[in-house]
Amino acid sequence: MAPEAQATLHEADAHGRDHEHEHHEDSFIRKYIFCTDHKMIAKQFLITGIFWAVIGGALSLIFRLQLGFPEMDLAWLQPVLGKWITAQGKLDPEFYLALVTMHGTIMVFFVLTAGLSGTFSNLLIPLQIGARDMASGFMNMLSYWLFFVSSVIMFGSMFVEAGPAGGGWVIYPPLSALPQAIKGSGLGMTLWLVSMVFFIASSLIGSINYISTVINMRTRGMKFSRLPLTIWAFFLTAIVGILSFPVLFAAALLLVFDRSFGTSFYLSEIYIGGEALPNVGGSPLLFQHLFWFLGHPEVYIVLLPALGITSEIIATNARKPIFGYKAMIGSMMGIAFLSFVVWAHHMFVSGMNPFLGSIFMLLTLIIAVPSAVKVFNYLTTLWRGNLVFTPAMLFSIGLLSFFISGGLTGIFLGNSAIDVQLHDTYFVVAHFHLVMGSAAFFGMVAGVYHWFPKLYGRMMDKKLGYLHFWITFIGAYMVFFPMHYIGIAGFPRRYYSFTNFDAFSSFADLNSFVSVAAVATVGVQFIFLFNFFYSMYRGRRAPKNPWRSNTLEWTTPVNPGHGNWEGEIPAVHRWPYDYSKPGASEDFIPQNVPLSETPESNLPHEKKALESKKK
Amino acid sequence: MMKLVIAAGGIMILVALFLIFRIYTLASAAKGKNKKPVDSSNKWNAALIVLSIGGMLVAAAWYSVKYFDDYTVPVASEHGTEVSRLFWWTMAVTGIVFIVTHILLFVFSARYQYSEKRKARFYPDNGWLEMVWTVIPALVLTGLVISGLKTWNTMTAKSPSDAENIEIMGYQFAWKVRYPGSDGVIGKYDYRLIDATNVFGMDFSDQANFDDFSPREIHIPKGKHVQFKIRSRDVIHSVFAPHFRLKMDAVPGMPTRFGFVANKTTEEMRQETGNPDFDYEIACTEVCGRGHFSMKIKVIVEEPEVYEKWKAGQKSWLSKNQDYIVKVPKKLKEAAVIKAGLEED
Ligand code: HEM
Ligand SMILES: [Cu+2]
Ligand SMILES: [Cu+2]
Repeated sequence: MAPEAQATLHEADAHGRDHEHEHHEDSFIRKYIFCTDHKMIAKQFLITGIFWAVIGGALSLIFRLQLGFPEMDLAWLQPVLGKWITAQGKLDPEFYLALVTMHGTIMVFFVLTAGLSGTFSNLLIPLQIGARDMASGFMNMLSYWLFFVSSVIMFGSMFVEAGPAGGGWVIYPPLSALPQAIKGSGLGMTLWLVSMVFFIASSLIGSINYISTVINMRTRGMKFSRLPLTIWAFFLTAIVGILSFPVLFAAALLLVFDRSFGTSFYLSEIYIGGEALPNVGGSPLLFQHLFWFLGHPEVYIVLLPALGITSEIIATNARKPIFGYKAMIGSMMGIAFLSFVVWAHHMFVSGMNPFLGSIFMLLTLIIAVPSAVKVFNYLTTLWRGNLVFTPAMLFSIGLLSFFISGGLTGIFLGNSAIDVQLHDTYFVVAHFHLVMGSAAFFGMVAGVYHWFPKLYGRMMDKKLGYLHFWITFIGAYMVFFPMHYIGIAGFPRRYYSFTNFDAFSSFADLNSFVSVAAVATVGVQFIFLFNFFYSMYRGRRAPKNPWRSNTLEWTTPVNPGHGNWEGEIPAVHRWPYDYSKPGASEDFIPQNVPLSETPESNLPHEKKALESKKK
Repeated sequence: MMKLVIAAGGIMILVALFLIFRIYTLASAAKGKNKKPVDSSNKWNAALIVLSIGGMLVAAAWYSVKYFDDYTVPVASEHGTEVSRLFWWTMAVTGIVFIVTHILLFVFSARYQYSEKRKARFYPDNGWLEMVWTVIPALVLTGLVISGLKTWNTMTAKSPSDAENIEIMGYQFAWKVRYPGSDGVIGKYDYRLIDATNVFGMDFSDQANFDDFSPREIHIPKGKHVQFKIRSRDVIHSVFAPHFRLKMDAVPGMPTRFGFVANKTTEEMRQETGNPDFDYEIACTEVCGRGHFSMKIKVIVEEPEVYEKWKAGQKSWLSKNQDYIVKVPKKLKEAAVIKAGLEED
């Protein structure tokens, strides 16, 4: 049958939601601002995420200049940074820490959690499971606006007199609790905490919505065993988020108490600023346990959606079923579960009982197994495929490469004996920028290239996409790979300069090299931005199913309106990966094509199922 | 370096030109029809995957070999040798996986480019294969875990009772050290007793404090078990001595420790590295504020005899800060005078 033919729709809409054709024009405010349509909310998350990515990238360039060219006169930044550039044209060391902190916070939470999950969960969950919208459109809208408030507060915190939070994105107390210890722990830290409270609320509301939508609103025939891996990934991510973010909330709340109400949850026996504080009995380690109980799952909250996105993209563009669909789901479940029991691998040298260290080392290395399974499955999916290198496909392959190289260095860090040397050095910076930063960033970009036609009804320019990919891929490696050497040499992270130590004074050249590569890599992102905004208005009009893909979103009109499908919601009759099925005339069979229409390609068990149905 | 900057600038200009060119072609492009799934770009993208990944593998190998001595830190402690061995074993295992997977990645990309004549192989599953690549990584990791645990257990084991105890205290933004003096016991402290001079908050109702001394550099004997007793008096810091493969956070309100045996003197290390100015250093690896990057203290490893001599020559803290004798309770005054080595006046 013709691949783009609509599946025949007979039965009634499973969810009983009659779809009225709404032809009246929504007001501007309803349509673009307080909108409850999941597609518009996805766009809102995406644009806000892009805004934050630009800020986060710009911050990293400023501190990379400091690290790569410590002698450089930065007076030209004075118009932007004001008093944070000293009279000698040098970056203020405390502001350096604030930059690093803001960069980390922005990238992890605002770009790769909200920007990535927010965009693609919202866009794809209803479209791929065959639902007209999210379970609760209002909550969805609320989720975005809470994120927006959180963004405004975080952005505002960068302009307060004493500077933004500066204790690292992990905000360990006592540093983050005591304004005497660092200026950023004053108003900047307060705003950081307030912003994160809104952020957590946004994330929780969003996640609850994603979960209930996936559970309740699947179209007819969309069994869990037929969900695209994207949906599986978003679903598991949401569960992980619901279980872990509240713990960050608790940690933050206790920190607020310590900061403002004189409690001693995290503070004990402190003498600072010429004064002994009254607090006794608190434990800084308590905070670390609570923080990393979120912090580690957070890494997977960032990564799983990216892996889901690339699973879909790789299968589509390899024209081949994802290898080991069940194993992929199983390993994602394994990762999601194990991500909750490895948090203390960030604390091997925190002073925690070494026996606890042994346990967490064991659990940490176990989590490498499902990750390895995923990698092998991706590789096997490529094997004997029929590969189409769209920009999205290239970014997915790039992700795979980063996931491997960053994942492998995790095996060093998960081994407590080795971590003693590598902890808090540039080796860690290299590790997480590859496995979490670059991988998730590539997943997000791949998703944008792939689903741009669904977002805006137009295609992004392919050639610019290639240019963007190649410079970014090679650039990211040039930025982050050398950091391994710097880390093995023992350079600590969050250092304003390395000239104080004999042991760390080498590598000036390598550091400059990294900085130049960083400038170039961040610079070429403007190609992407140009491509994105230009194509939004002037791009080639998208066909209905540009990548000849199987999933349901491509059965909607090119510019789906409210409710996504004009007629009934298509029913689902098969899994999403019937690519290059033997016997079929085309190399893909969309999910909504019934088995009865494809007798030539049905597998034995499908034939059987069909027959028993007839009887 | 300037060359690199210029090169980067050059690239950016080329990119800008390319962009302008694209705008023209895009503007004139007809509203496209659906073309074939692939065009010639597929070929050169595949070629670039091979080139770039291959090139990066070669570059990484070249750098790793050529600059080996620059980025590796010579080991100077007993457990450090173990840690280093583990590190290189892990490097070997992960290195092989890294190379093999990346070769597969580019071989597959090049080999299986799209062709309309061919169909991809419908290959959704293979339980046996899945099993193999679950079990093999599990086994390899078990090996790494077991050897890691062994090393971890030895390096975190309790220090023997005859260990040299040395207290290291972090504060914004420096380290202070305190030796137990001839009685071998580090005196009690209380953070409420800290002031500008008594930075440790030594409690002089404890006799053990009378002979404690606080040098500006750390001296330790080679071949003898040394236990760092680590604490902080304000925010978290972290003691990091890269050559000893030693790192432990300094936490306010919760003393920590790290025991180790240094096995190369500073002198020996100077010879090994060929750097006559070599010195062991301790750095801070937990962000602690403005001066985090400057928290340095020198460590001098010497033969035990030299060390003992140095120790014997150190004056007690109390004898250097005789004002504090008033803090000593009356009945201990006499003991203090003797133990601290004060001149009677
Ligand atoms: C070209 C882009 C980027 C560059 C050049 C860059 C560079 C850096 C560098 C050099 C540091 C360490 C600074 C220090 O320790 O003194 C750092 C920290 C960090 N970066 Fe990035 N980064 C980039 C993108 C990202 C992305 C995409 C993420 C997302 C996960 C990310 C997350 C972080 C985090 C979490 C930290 C730690 C912050 C902290 O120590 O508190 N970065 N970045
Ligand atoms: Cu972790
Ligand atoms: Cu520090």
